[in-house]
Amino acid sequence: MPGAIYAEGLVKTFGDVRALDGVDLDVPEGTVLGLLGPNGAGKTTTVRCLTTLLRPDSGKAVVAGLDVLKQPNEVRRSIGLSGQFAAVDEYLTGRENIQMVGQLYQMKAKAAKARAEELLEQFHLADAADRPAKTYSGGMRRRLDLAAALVVSPPVMFMDEPTTGLDPRNRQQLWEVIKQLVLGGTTLLLTTQYLEEADHLAHDIAVVDHGRVIARGTSDQLKARTGGERVEVVVHEREHIPTAREVLAGFGKGETTVEEHTRKLTVPVTGGAKLLAEVIRELDVRGIEIDDIGLRRPTLDDVFLSLTGHVAEVKDDENGANGANGANGAAAKPVKDPKNAKDRGQKKETTQ
Amino acid sequence: MSAVTDAVRITAPTNPVTQSIRDSLVVAKRNLIRMSRIPEMVIFGLIQPIMFVVLFSYVFGGSMNIGGTTDPGVYREFLMAGIFAQTVTFATAGAGAGIADDMHKGLIDRFRSLPMARGAVLTGRTLADLVQTALTLFVLAVVALLVGWRTHTSFGEVLGAFGLLLLTGYAFTWIGAVIGLSVRTPEAATSGGLIWLFPVTFVSNAFVDSAQMTPWLRHVADWNPFSATVQACRQLFGNPGVSTSDAWPMQHPVWASLIYSILIIAIFRTLAVRKYRSATA
Ligand SMILES: Nc1ncnc2c1ncn2[C@@H]1O[C@H](COP(=O)(O)OP(=O)(O)OP(=O)(O)O)[C@@H](O)[C@H]1O
Ligand SMILES: [Mg+2]
Repeated sequence: MPGAIYAEGLVKTFGDVRALDGVDLDVPEGTVLGLLGPNGAGKTTTVRCLTTLLRPDSGKAVVAGLDVLKQPNEVRRSIGLSGQFAAVDEYLTGRENIQMVGQLYQMKAKAAKARAEELLEQFHLADAADRPAKTYSGGMRRRLDLAAALVVSPPVMFMDEPTTGLDPRNRQQLWEVIKQLVLGGTTLLLTTQYLEEADHLAHDIAVVDHGRVIARGTSDQLKARTGGERVEVVVHEREHIPTAREVLAGFGKGETTVEEHTRKLTVPVTGGAKLLAEVIRELDVRGIEIDDIGLRRPTLDDVFLSLTGHVAEVKDDENGANGANGANGAAAKPVKDPKNAKDRGQKKETTQ
Repeated sequence: MSAVTDAVRITAPTNPVTQSIRDSLVVAKRNLIRMSRIPEMVIFGLIQPIMFVVLFSYVFGGSMNIGGTTDPGVYREFLMAGIFAQTVTFATAGAGAGIADDMHKGLIDRFRSLPMARGAVLTGRTLADLVQTALTLFVLAVVALLVGWRTHTSFGEVLGAFGLLLLTGYAFTWIGAVIGLSVRTPEAATSGGLIWLFPVTFVSNAFVDSAQMTPWLRHVADWNPFSATVQACRQLFGNPGVSTSDAWPMQHPVWASLIYSILIIAIFRTLAVRKYRSATA
């Protein structure tokens, strides 16, 4: 049985840009899916297709058991949306904004008013409640938008980069709200650029790039695929690199990579802290002075980098275009770690 | 932040007609609040017709021949129905710009993802414009009385004339809605909403007696929907210059004005709602 959010082969083109190139998703009821991907990957377009704002060129989408293309009105009754850009009326006060949304969700005026009161309190907007939203700061606007999305508690929620622009305290509080929602049985699709956020909130993660889901799994599964532990050493003298390399090769479970300019050597290992201590001793015996050494486990950032070949957020501009230049965008970036290259080859199998 | 689980569940769908009315009123209220917070817009909307009243009555006043007389007092009474009618049609531009503006703001995504009635965003906007038009008409009528305009009929007939004017204005805002949904920027909607109004309001009986036009222009003027409203108002106000043309709309101006307005609403509302639905999909 398909989950609360289900998509199969979603395709959407804008002129020459193939924003979605066959997106498949399946989010079981009561779980959170974190949608990750570089700028222009198609996250927002996916959310817009699933929330009836965009009609995909082809493919199938089912939300809360309803066909998005055939029953858009029924779908709208079962979803809540907080889009990437705050959808608030600048000239209305915070209170008026929430009340209006409540009434358009078919709540009675009085109920909408009471609910607005609660949400303003909950999102720390009570002091600014009677000021027009155009006087709000970016983070306040964001919170107002989230509050509006939560006026009713629909079974399925979509949040497109909900914590972008929030300060750490407000971000953590939103996380709490989200956890409560999910405990209450809500299914959530969440996009984010904060990989830590996906790690923290999402049961499952789907990585999209160039309009396709290129990997999915739990955060741990994805990390495991990116590789296990590594020892990273930064030597003090450049001429010590060859010797250090020799030492590391003796402990490593794979090829050692060297970054000449930072004097950094990395090698995949197994054995944890005990092994690290041995490496340090051996380097010391050989008289190699080290600036830094550590055991590294892959973070979701590493997963992201190895899968998409570029860093989230930053790399977009220098690649020129988002998705527009097809697979070249990713391929243009040299893949440092040979392991990563292998991963890129494997990812097709895990997408089925 | 506390739990949100106690939040209200979405209520079952109500009767579509009552829902449509309710949603439209909610959106209308939103637009009226906006207007009250941007009073410049309302004020500029008032200045222009007042300027027309003053300019036309004092500058052209003595040179226009209405029903065989160039008495400025007669022209002033003749003129008012024309200015009233022109003023209500100018609401087109405001509605168009407002809708074009909305379509390019994030808020439209919120509306489109809500379980609200399909045409409510547009109907709400046109209803708010209707309120603004009524306000403008009221102020304009006061100014007109000050410069010497009078009605010579029953209160009911005068009220009827204002009713027709509001209906005409309402119909024209739906044309504005279609324009607003067809252009890329609110600026384009403002100018696009205005330019076509000049020929429509000037090739009519609003400012001159159409009997003085060349025959083909006169024909256009007599069948112009806008002329029907002007003629109906003159008749209902008992003002001079009622055209004696035997074109059907000039003979039955009240009916003609009603029919034209209803036709315009039926056609342009359908077009607008269709455009709205496919706007971003
Ligand atoms: N309305 C549109 N017209 C033309 N191209 C569009 C439109 N919307 C999106 N695109 C293109 O589709 C691709 C996917 O965009 P989308 O907004 O879904 O990316 P995203 O993953 O949400 O990126 P970000 O992280 O920057 O928010 C991009 O190449 C974008 O330029
Ligand atoms: Mg996006």
